[in-house]
Amino acid sequence: MSVETVDTPPRGFLGWLDKRFPVMGLWNDHMAQYYAPKNMGLWSIFGSLALVVLIIQIVSGLWLAMAYKPSAAEAFASVEYIMRDVNWGWLLRYIHSTGASFFFILVYLHMFRGLMWGSYKNPRELLWIIGVVIYLAMMATAFFGYLLPWGQMSYWGAQVIVNLFAAVPEVGADLSTWVRGDYVISDVTLNRFFAFHFVIPFLLVALVFLHIVALHRVGSTNPDGIEIKQGPKGNKWDPNKPADGIPFHPYYTVKDVTGLVVFLAIFSLVVFYAPDMGGLFLEGPNFQPADPLKTPEHIAPVWYFTPYYAMLRAVPPIAGSQFPGVVVMFGAILIMFFLPWLDRSPVRSMRYKGPISRFFLGAFAVSFVVLAYLGLQPSTDLYTLLAQIFTVVYFAFFLLMPIYTKLEKTKPVPERVTS
Amino acid sequence: MNEQGTDKSRRRILVAATSAVGAVGVGFVAVPFISSMNPSARARAAGAPVEADVSKLEPGALLRVKFRGQPIWVVYRTDEMLEALPTNDPKLVDPGSELATQQPEYCQNPARAINPRYFVAIGICTHLGCSPTYRPEFAPDDLGPDWKGGWFCPCHGSKFDLAGRVFKGVPAPTNLVIPKHTYLNESTILVGEDEAGAA
Repeated sequence: MSVETVDTPPRGFLGWLDKRFPVMGLWNDHMAQYYAPKNMGLWSIFGSLALVVLIIQIVSGLWLAMAYKPSAAEAFASVEYIMRDVNWGWLLRYIHSTGASFFFILVYLHMFRGLMWGSYKNPRELLWIIGVVIYLAMMATAFFGYLLPWGQMSYWGAQVIVNLFAAVPEVGADLSTWVRGDYVISDVTLNRFFAFHFVIPFLLVALVFLHIVALHRVGSTNPDGIEIKQGPKGNKWDPNKPADGIPFHPYYTVKDVTGLVVFLAIFSLVVFYAPDMGGLFLEGPNFQPADPLKTPEHIAPVWYFTPYYAMLRAVPPIAGSQFPGVVVMFGAILIMFFLPWLDRSPVRSMRYKGPISRFFLGAFAVSFVVLAYLGLQPSTDLYTLLAQIFTVVYFAFFLLMPIYTKLEKTKPVPERVTS
Repeated sequence: MNEQGTDKSRRRILVAATSAVGAVGVGFVAVPFISSMNPSARARAAGAPVEADVSKLEPGALLRVKFRGQPIWVVYRTDEMLEALPTNDPKLVDPGSELATQQPEYCQNPARAINPRYFVAIGICTHLGCSPTYRPEFAPDDLGPDWKGGWFCPCHGSKFDLAGRVFKGVPAPTNLVIPKHTYLNESTILVGEDEAGAA
């Protein structure tokens, strides 16, 4: 790996191609001569794993769409047909359903890594914002997709979520009718949800592209939160590049592939041995066809939505309106957009922030997990109280951040990255 | 005009005018796209009134019919059930059915019905649209000794009494909606239409 070999103009077919399309330039800028901090460690793999899962979802989804019928009369039966009669159909479906849950697991870990390293701080605000938009698009895709099997949970889950729009003052009822295209969730709704579920992933690919373009503009961060571009220059490959940087290829490609192998092993274990994950990834009531006249005894969204669902249930109606609960629920996601400006700390990483920041991050992570659990459970007085407490904790992490990050004493940040 | 002979202000007006006309065009084109997502003529026509035959309904039983894709409940309330209704009043949000949007005028009475014997309501929780479970029994273990029959919503725990009136301290903000309905004869209820017209 020396600079000369990659800078020699390529010959043969590659040379022909490079004159007409900047293959070598793109390869060097984003792979062979993209210098990432040498200390990124284990937590940095979740982004690339999430990208792989996005591709898995698009490919398995396309194949499922070849046998699926988006109509209220046929949808449930066509999923059974995929499971029983289509060659390897069960595998395609379990890959897709397991992939959905793993996509969220990976993205939640990726986001938590961002919180630990302060990856949202200047100059990475836009990178973070694009990431939150990706998260929103993922949630929309997952929500639309969940109606498609047309089981009881699909149906009533969609009914509850679409009715959230009805809580908007004045225009609410018309808005939810517009979203459904009918007075209840019906064939029309299923048909359009299928269309959206199919098309949004392509938008997601475009957003991921923007996310990576923005990342490569500002450079990857690391567990120390140190800007390697501002550190000393000169490494083994290039005298003008950061001393603490190593080329993404082959160093991080090899590392990410290693991580991918481990990930795919775990993924396969779930696909083959526990595709429903004890009712978490595929919920029991969804094995019954949708019945518009009867709500199942207990309904809950899939696990990756339950923290927000718990917040929705935690807020009591105010002045006869459910709207405040809806505002809190969407506010919990939208507040993430403001994170880069809520953090007033002079340092990025938790390594150099004080104990208060670490405490709040820990409390935030705990509240997210507890709310996810509460959102899965039937509501009782005790659970509602707990959900209220943890909703406050969740928001305190964000809303008190300008205060605690400014007050606390930070540790000095070293000039060079640490191992 | 500047030294190259370009009239900047004229160029700005042209850019502004072109953008404005373009924006209006986009606005017009958006109308059919947005409107096509509203209920189609077929979906609107499916909202025709339906009849419910209550002649074979047993005391305390609940009959479900479908109107506009929504469950409509018809309940035969026993004397015991009707007598228990006023005892719930202090625990209710709107015991007098004063919120006019939740029922037609002719159901704005203590039993929320034309004929107190039969209770008609849309079986959709006013919280987020689940269909509550019918719990006619008195004082069951899970709902407590004060429970005098009603509905319990499995989704978020809202509770309603046997006149569809919501209890205090639950997520649902308002009483269950009573659709327009009328009696065609003693044992046939027409749901979705009354003397004044269709719903």
